[in-house]
Amino acid sequence: MNHETIEHDVIIIGAGGAGLRAAIEASGKGASVGVVCKSLLGKAHTAMAEGGMAAALTTADPRDNWEMHFRDTIRGGKMLNNWRMVKIFTQEAPDRVNELEEWGALFDRTDDGRILQRNFGGHQYARLAHVGDRTGLEMLRTLQNHGIHQGIEVYMECTVVDLLMDGGKAAGAFAYWRDSGTFVQFRAKAVVLATGGLGKCYTITSNSWECTGDGQALAYRAGAELIDMEFVQFHPTGMVWPPSVRGLLVTEGVRGEGGVLRDKDGKRFMFDYIPEMFAGEYAETEEEAKRWRPGVPEGPDARRPPDLLTRDVVARAIRAEVRAGRGSPHGGAYLDIASQASEAQIKKKLPGMYHQFMQLASLDITKEYMEVGPTSHYVMGGVRVDPETCSTSVPGLFAAGEVAGGLHGANRLGGNSLTDLMVFGRRAGAGAAEYAGALSAMPGVNPDQVRDIERLALAPFEESGTENPYEVMQDLQKMMEHDSGIVRAKEELADGLGKLRTLKERSVKVRVEGNRQYNPGWHYALDLHNLIMVSEAITLSALHRDESRGGHTREDFPESSPELEKVNTVVRNRDGEMAWEHVTREPLPGDLQELLSHPHLEEPN
Amino acid sequence: MTDVTFRVFRGAGTQGGFEEYTVQLSEGMVVLDAVLDIQASQAGDLAVRWNCKAGKCGSCSAEVNGKPRLMCMTRMNTLPLDQPVTIEPMRSFPLIKDLVTDVKRNFEINKRVRPFKPKPRQADGTHRMMQYDIDRIQEFHKCIECFLCQDVCHVMRDHQKPDFIGPRFLIRLAALVMHPLDTENRLTELKDAFGIGYCNITKCCTEVCPENIKITDNAIIPLKERVAGNFYDPLAWLWRKARGKRPDTRPGTE
Amino acid sequence: MNETSPSLPLQRPLFVTERTDNWWLGPTATGLGLLFFVAYLTWAAFQGVHFYVGPEDAPYYLSPLYSPWIQADWWPFSPAFLILWAPGGFRFTCYYYRKAYYRAFSLSPPGCAVGGRAHNYKGERVLFLFQNLHRFFLYLAVLFVFVLAYDAWLAFQFPDGWGIGAGSIVLTLNAVFLGAFTFGCNSLRHLVGGNVDCFSCVAFGRPRFKIWRIVTRFNEHHMEWAWISLFWVCFTDLYVRLVSMGIVGDLRIL
Repeated sequence: MNHETIEHDVIIIGAGGAGLRAAIEASGKGASVGVVCKSLLGKAHTAMAEGGMAAALTTADPRDNWEMHFRDTIRGGKMLNNWRMVKIFTQEAPDRVNELEEWGALFDRTDDGRILQRNFGGHQYARLAHVGDRTGLEMLRTLQNHGIHQGIEVYMECTVVDLLMDGGKAAGAFAYWRDSGTFVQFRAKAVVLATGGLGKCYTITSNSWECTGDGQALAYRAGAELIDMEFVQFHPTGMVWPPSVRGLLVTEGVRGEGGVLRDKDGKRFMFDYIPEMFAGEYAETEEEAKRWRPGVPEGPDARRPPDLLTRDVVARAIRAEVRAGRGSPHGGAYLDIASQASEAQIKKKLPGMYHQFMQLASLDITKEYMEVGPTSHYVMGGVRVDPETCSTSVPGLFAAGEVAGGLHGANRLGGNSLTDLMVFGRRAGAGAAEYAGALSAMPGVNPDQVRDIERLALAPFEESGTENPYEVMQDLQKMMEHDSGIVRAKEELADGLGKLRTLKERSVKVRVEGNRQYNPGWHYALDLHNLIMVSEAITLSALHRDESRGGHTREDFPESSPELEKVNTVVRNRDGEMAWEHVTREPLPGDLQELLSHPHLEEPN
Repeated sequence: MTDVTFRVFRGAGTQGGFEEYTVQLSEGMVVLDAVLDIQASQAGDLAVRWNCKAGKCGSCSAEVNGKPRLMCMTRMNTLPLDQPVTIEPMRSFPLIKDLVTDVKRNFEINKRVRPFKPKPRQADGTHRMMQYDIDRIQEFHKCIECFLCQDVCHVMRDHQKPDFIGPRFLIRLAALVMHPLDTENRLTELKDAFGIGYCNITKCCTEVCPENIKITDNAIIPLKERVAGNFYDPLAWLWRKARGKRPDTRPGTE
Repeated sequence: MNETSPSLPLQRPLFVTERTDNWWLGPTATGLGLLFFVAYLTWAAFQGVHFYVGPEDAPYYLSPLYSPWIQADWWPFSPAFLILWAPGGFRFTCYYYRKAYYRAFSLSPPGCAVGGRAHNYKGERVLFLFQNLHRFFLYLAVLFVFVLAYDAWLAFQFPDGWGIGAGSIVLTLNAVFLGAFTFGCNSLRHLVGGNVDCFSCVAFGRPRFKIWRIVTRFNEHHMEWAWISLFWVCFTDLYVRLVSMGIVGDLRIL
């Protein structure tokens, strides 16, 4: 029972944008920092982000400012956002972009040599600093290459099984090395969760195997609260064909660069789906939409095309078209950039997309339509945190990035995620370093807890197991896709909760072959516990929100409810059972409230 | 659909050999699909490193029919299927298990590269860079660190030169050396500690790069030319002498 | 990270690979091609006769292997040797030819991911340091382009006045192909702009950038131009030789 033990002031779980930014900040504040990540350094899901990083830099459109970014984010989030987080976020965003440039990032440039910004769904002005369609990679690599010189220790291919607790306080993490399968305990004064999302709950997802909701589950088990878990973003444009790449992301940048959605007959259908909230802000005819040009500030007679509506709206529109029999051959909609931009423009601005379709689907996007459909992409909900320090309700536990909830409300705008990682990664790092600095002694480790975690972790090697972890995971994904997916209903959700109980029972009976050394079957078996837990949080929260809003659509309650607009769903562990409640959100102060009704397309004061 | 036979390397440490598996082909299938299929239904403990399955993270590097490639970007219909498809780990790195190798060495090399050190900002708080000035280095920033170039480079593969940093890091150096804002001089270490002279520009790195970065022509040869200008060019030396300059001065031109 | 696993003996003996394609075809063809042309050039250079057509004091066709024609009494050998070392050195130190002969003759490596020759590999660090002098051969090669362009011009000046013969076209193409090869040189690419980090920050940045782009275009096809120009130089010599010997008659077009 003598495990390898590593001590740091701050342990950061996850080495994506948020984790690395937190590490840099905590280290800069004098803390000894260790970063634990499941994959190799630089492979985190941040690298998959394509479109850009939203910040009101005003280099592409001088009318922009943080207030407009604030307004767009809250309206995009269908009013459910934590406004304090949004305020901090939009005010600090430009600094975070400039900081990346200072560390060596190369964003695309304007003609006068400043950072170029592109249009994106839900953003009133061209606001996304970007690098072609590989912005996330640029950001991750920049943080990585800056971070390695900041005295940060990185523990690669190491998976955290559970958080170590000292009474009610975070005391570190218990993990295994993927390559050898041996256990290691990280002792720390503060722990930052930066583990990202949970897309692997679903069959069709843009997420990699890593996104198994680890951080949400770790926090939940440690006693922290999860907020807004019903809000899962289905990105409207995932690839649908061939089957091997189903769900793979097609960047929103395609539409930002002028791409349009069409039904099987070539008709642009998005004009029929402009929600009331956005009435008057989007072009209403194809004629008008044609006058709008990416990169040129729009005028009142050339409003942006509705293809650039928020992701929830576009995803539902595509689904409705497919249901009505107007979809493309493989059950999606057509996305057409070929007729909207020249071959050279497409290859310059969307090189990754060009190659992705060329290589994986043998399709030339400069000449043909793409087939796209919704794919589970992002979870708006997550660990409930304090806006200033990213601390959770568990002392010593912090969370930032996708694993945290509150910033994006019911729907996240494209481009806000990368900025989120930087803004709140930095704040979480600072918060954790400060907390650790105030703590005089290293929290203790409870040997009973370690023994329990260890026993659970090794259970899949016991002879008595009967289930195949891969099969249990597939069944879970199918259940979530069907019962708790893009469009939900009460019966299915309730049914889903029942199935989850069965899956939970099956998950403790899995049996894996082979030994502990780099054994993916075993890794999946352990990930299962987290996936099932977050699936339950999603389904339970969804069951109790009797309305449709943002990423949560209920067939049985198609309208938004003014009453439910005031509350957020919180789930927590109560005596081993998952409990939910609706908590009333702090209302917007008057001046910020005014911003929301700010007339568009005018010079803000 | 047809069945395809795969010869997959299984083993750990210094022991191992090929084992055969049969997988049913499906439309659009890539090699990684087949490996994951084998993992899910035939060999649950088959170790493979992968993440995005979209050619963006560079995790699933392996050698398919002897060629270093990303498994997720190798379509089955590009391979001859009448004979078994061979999948083995990258051969230049120590084996951990099955298709997973220990690529830690690359991360250690990366630490030896001194960090970016920019010029001060302009009066308006911005850094100005023209797009045509950075097009060249944006190509290098496309690198996804799959380490296939490090794997295929014969200097590392056949000759194991510890003082050669390899194509991936020569790209990184090129991106820093040609960065309009970077103020560090890096040519001396390129010549000595990083061993650029070991490269004999045989271009295998360029051939295997999944991001189609012209590693040799756009990064390594320009660096070699800069090193030549700084250390091996008597005329340039005289010219610098005449102007009272020492070699290695930056920024701008040499 | 955890303890490193011991490494598998991954290094493969010469020519051993899992590659299933005809990887040996390229280097074999390259090697044979180089041998053939070098053999021809050596033979032709040793001849010392039949390298021009027309009066001895003013030939209208002159073989590029003998141009500029240096008539030195003190030189007992073929006049070709007085000049051939320059273009020969240019090609020998050329980044493309280096790749070609390192692969085909030095077998380091014979192919990508193919076992290489086991030897104490030094790359271009010790003996091959002289490759860094490529730029000096470039200076001479540029002069040669002008000399051969002048020869091409002379190929239209027949004793009976201006005209066009088949040989005029052969010599003109020779100058064009050599120009395309020379102006795609990696060293030239460095000298005209590759050494600049920030075109928008230096004097004449915009024109320098444009020239760099043009050289880059040629450089992208450096291999093709290397072979085309090599073939054509030999062909030009052969053509002049055959006309001079009276074996074929020069076709007068105009």
